[in-house]
Amino acid sequence: MSARSIAADVASGARSAASVLDEHLARVREREEEIHAFNLVTEEKARSQADAVDAAVAAGDPVGPLAGVPLALKDNMCTRGIPTTCSSKILEGWRPPYDATVVSRLADAGAVFVGKTNLDEFAMGSSTENSAFGPTRNPLDTGRVPGGSSGGSAAAVAANFAPLAIGSDTGGSIRQPAAFCGIVGMKPTYGAVSRYGLIAFGSSLDQFGPFATDVADAAALYDVIAGHDPLDSTSITDFTPNAVDHLSRGVQGLRVGVVRELSGGAGSVEGLSADVLARTNEAVEALAAAGAIVEEVSVPSATLGLSAYYIVAPAEASSNLARYDGVRYGLRVDAPTTGEMNTATRTAGFGAEVKRRIMLGTYALSAGYYDAFYGKALKVRTMMLRDFASVYENFDVLITPTAPTTAFPFGERSSDPMTMYVNDVCTIPSNLTGHPGISVPFGVGDDGLPVGVQVLAPALADGLTFQVAAVLEAAANAGGAT
Amino acid sequence: MSPHEPTLPDEWELVVGLEVHVELATRTKLFCGCANEFSTDPNTNVCPVCLGLPGSLPVMNGKAVDYAMKLGRALGCEVHGSVMARKNYFYPDMAKDYQTTQYDKPTSMDGELVLSDGAVVGIERAHIEEDAGKTTHIGGGGRINDAMFSLVDYNRAGVPLVEVVSRPDIRTIDHAKAYVNELRDILLAIEVSDAKMEEGSMRVDANVSVRPVGSEELRTRCELKNINSVRSMGRAIEYEAQRHVDLYNSGEAPRQETRHWDEDGGRSTPGRSKEDADDYRYFQEPDLVPLEPSAADVAAIDASLPVLPAARRARLADLSGVGPDVLSTVVERGQDGLALDAIEAGADADKVLTRLQNDVAVDDWSNLTPPLLAALIRMETSGELTATQAKQVLSDMVESGGDPATIASGRGFEAMESNELEGLVDQLIADNPDEWIRFTSGDDGEQKKMQGFFTGQIMKATNGQADGRAIAQLLAAKGS
Repeated sequence: MSARSIAADVASGARSAASVLDEHLARVREREEEIHAFNLVTEEKARSQADAVDAAVAAGDPVGPLAGVPLALKDNMCTRGIPTTCSSKILEGWRPPYDATVVSRLADAGAVFVGKTNLDEFAMGSSTENSAFGPTRNPLDTGRVPGGSSGGSAAAVAANFAPLAIGSDTGGSIRQPAAFCGIVGMKPTYGAVSRYGLIAFGSSLDQFGPFATDVADAAALYDVIAGHDPLDSTSITDFTPNAVDHLSRGVQGLRVGVVRELSGGAGSVEGLSADVLARTNEAVEALAAAGAIVEEVSVPSATLGLSAYYIVAPAEASSNLARYDGVRYGLRVDAPTTGEMNTATRTAGFGAEVKRRIMLGTYALSAGYYDAFYGKALKVRTMMLRDFASVYENFDVLITPTAPTTAFPFGERSSDPMTMYVNDVCTIPSNLTGHPGISVPFGVGDDGLPVGVQVLAPALADGLTFQVAAVLEAAANAGGAT
Repeated sequence: MSPHEPTLPDEWELVVGLEVHVELATRTKLFCGCANEFSTDPNTNVCPVCLGLPGSLPVMNGKAVDYAMKLGRALGCEVHGSVMARKNYFYPDMAKDYQTTQYDKPTSMDGELVLSDGAVVGIERAHIEEDAGKTTHIGGGGRINDAMFSLVDYNRAGVPLVEVVSRPDIRTIDHAKAYVNELRDILLAIEVSDAKMEEGSMRVDANVSVRPVGSEELRTRCELKNINSVRSMGRAIEYEAQRHVDLYNSGEAPRQETRHWDEDGGRSTPGRSKEDADDYRYFQEPDLVPLEPSAADVAAIDASLPVLPAARRARLADLSGVGPDVLSTVVERGQDGLALDAIEAGADADKVLTRLQNDVAVDDWSNLTPPLLAALIRMETSGELTATQAKQVLSDMVESGGDPATIASGRGFEAMESNELEGLVDQLIADNPDEWIRFTSGDDGEQKKMQGFFTGQIMKATNGQADGRAIAQLLAAKGS
């Protein structure tokens, strides 16, 4: 059942929020042990929120657009008084004294928080295998990963533990797990959604965004969480989200570019599997059939994104994660001196991937290496911004696959960071440019697992991504995808 | 300037640059809404932002930026677009384990500070940054290495600072002191800081090196920390410079390092080793947007600046012949407006300024209006009042108001007729023949001493009503 019909039923009194919650918690009890979508199920919190919604409905008071809708929160979102771990031992047991702005907005909208979802530690990963608390399994095939880093949120929606979830996307961490789990996931324009209370990984790249089972629900959730926040200096001012308004606009006359370098064309990145490319082509054909003007387009610098990203994101992370030093909160491993205590705490508290990225980033920013690494990555970023800006002079949106493959089996890539990093090749460019992107399911691969197609648009054209995704979704449901 | 300038051996020259951290007197901290007030109970004036809690984000305090630009313009700097940067290093009182500061694009660059004697010290930059918390080491003599444990108070974390970095243009200790005093006067004049060194709202670090006179090289410098008064700074620089000279003379050389000034011991000791702390991995702060003041913003800052101390001193200097010390004191106390109006009203400029410097060293002189001050000075210059009487009348005027003529007659002050005074002088010479001979035939020192003796006797006999200058003239006339 969609989030919008739940909200409508709850608001009209046709169903109670409490009964909606019970149904979802029943499914959690049934499958959570197997899936491990959550680090924490917040049943008590959810019940009090559901009761409050029901009381408001009974009293005839106005309720929010997400009244009574169960929702899962990625465990890197600060929730007041509720443990927030980033799936890291270093933050185990920490209870933030404040709510993220997005959390407050969702609570005000009447959402019911069912739990905090698992992720790759500090959102560093593409499979949720890097969680300190064990991996999340893909509900569609529990032998496979759900993607990452927001694997817990994607799995929670795919398993119908909640119709909606929030993830964060630094290099594809919403879109890739959405593709792997057969749901919709969207990364907003940088600055469209407040980062206040988002535990930072790569500050210039991170954005919260919605997961839902369909495009319309994702748009409704986006409209609740987006908009200016004075607590985030990088938040866009004078921006009114209107994704839902875009849903039925169609693609007649829209100029759609297929990015050659990310879609198996000339000069394309390697490793894009044939079934994924076939579904992407069918998606493009579906848009043409719906009236869009489709053309192949070249964005040469798009292939440099991966290298630039794996400098910029770890560099920012090396600084952002310095504060986990054992002094103020979270884990502390005692040692004779402060410096030794810092080292012992960080050695015990961080997992291998986090340590790898802290070292990468520290190195990239160090005197003597800055220009060759961080400085150069910033130049690539500027170049990509310029290239995409010039492409968007002639195109309204761009199409690529979301991920190179469908969901892969556990362990297949976790031993080799480089093959894992390649997962993000199609999603990373829009993090570096700050542009919006959405992943929408479009058919299945040779293994029967879902394929996601990605729609990219220029900054602030978030509504347009939902508009095109709605057309793709309709085509896929009508059998346009094989 | 102080007449006593401690000096290095002749062949050595002192080279000093000063880094001054100024706490801005904003109502709230640099990046959050916490009060800029840290004398309260430890860790009570804190929030997720200044504690650097996971997920928190900074928001720039616009007032702090205005204050920083104001200071930049007051120091004659170019003020332009700037970006915040992260300076990464681990320290327990640094909540985020990086300091948000400015690096390659500071708010203010390339200015100068004109000292009260006209000397010019270049300003390299003045940048905005946040303060850290305060660590107290318990046990082991309060030093980090020996402490049993340490307590951290984050009330001060996130307090807005501007760091003013001078060029290494300072060559004497007196100029170093004058620089700090001048900077303090500017801060007070533009009202961006209370600039109290003793309370830490103005903190001075001194970069000290020496070089052979005539050389233009910059030799290895040491950075002195823990200086908490202007006097202490003078001692620290003097000690450090001599230490460098001694090292060079014994065939050694100082190491570049941060040193801790020990005021009680009167010496500097090696501080934190810079070996592993030099690479701060600066990069642009992604959580804040660049500061981009428009030309109109800078023009508005300029328009808001008061006349600065140097210009105020220059105005007085144009009208008078007094020395720089007098000008500094009067301007520092904010009595220059009063002086200018009194001079305008016809009073003798030098007399006005010296009287203010010597006799109105009080916080509240509101009873003293320009016409009343001018009237008093005129009475003194015309000989109606002696210097001593003028001083007493002035004191009454400051204390309780009123015009000088009324106060003078109330006190029974009437200038002594000159023939009456001459009679007294003759009588005194006759009564003290030995002293008179010493006055007329002694050397300069002796003569001076005896002039003091005769003047004192006459003042005693007249209850201070005689005019000191008239006595001196009479004595000189009779002795020649």
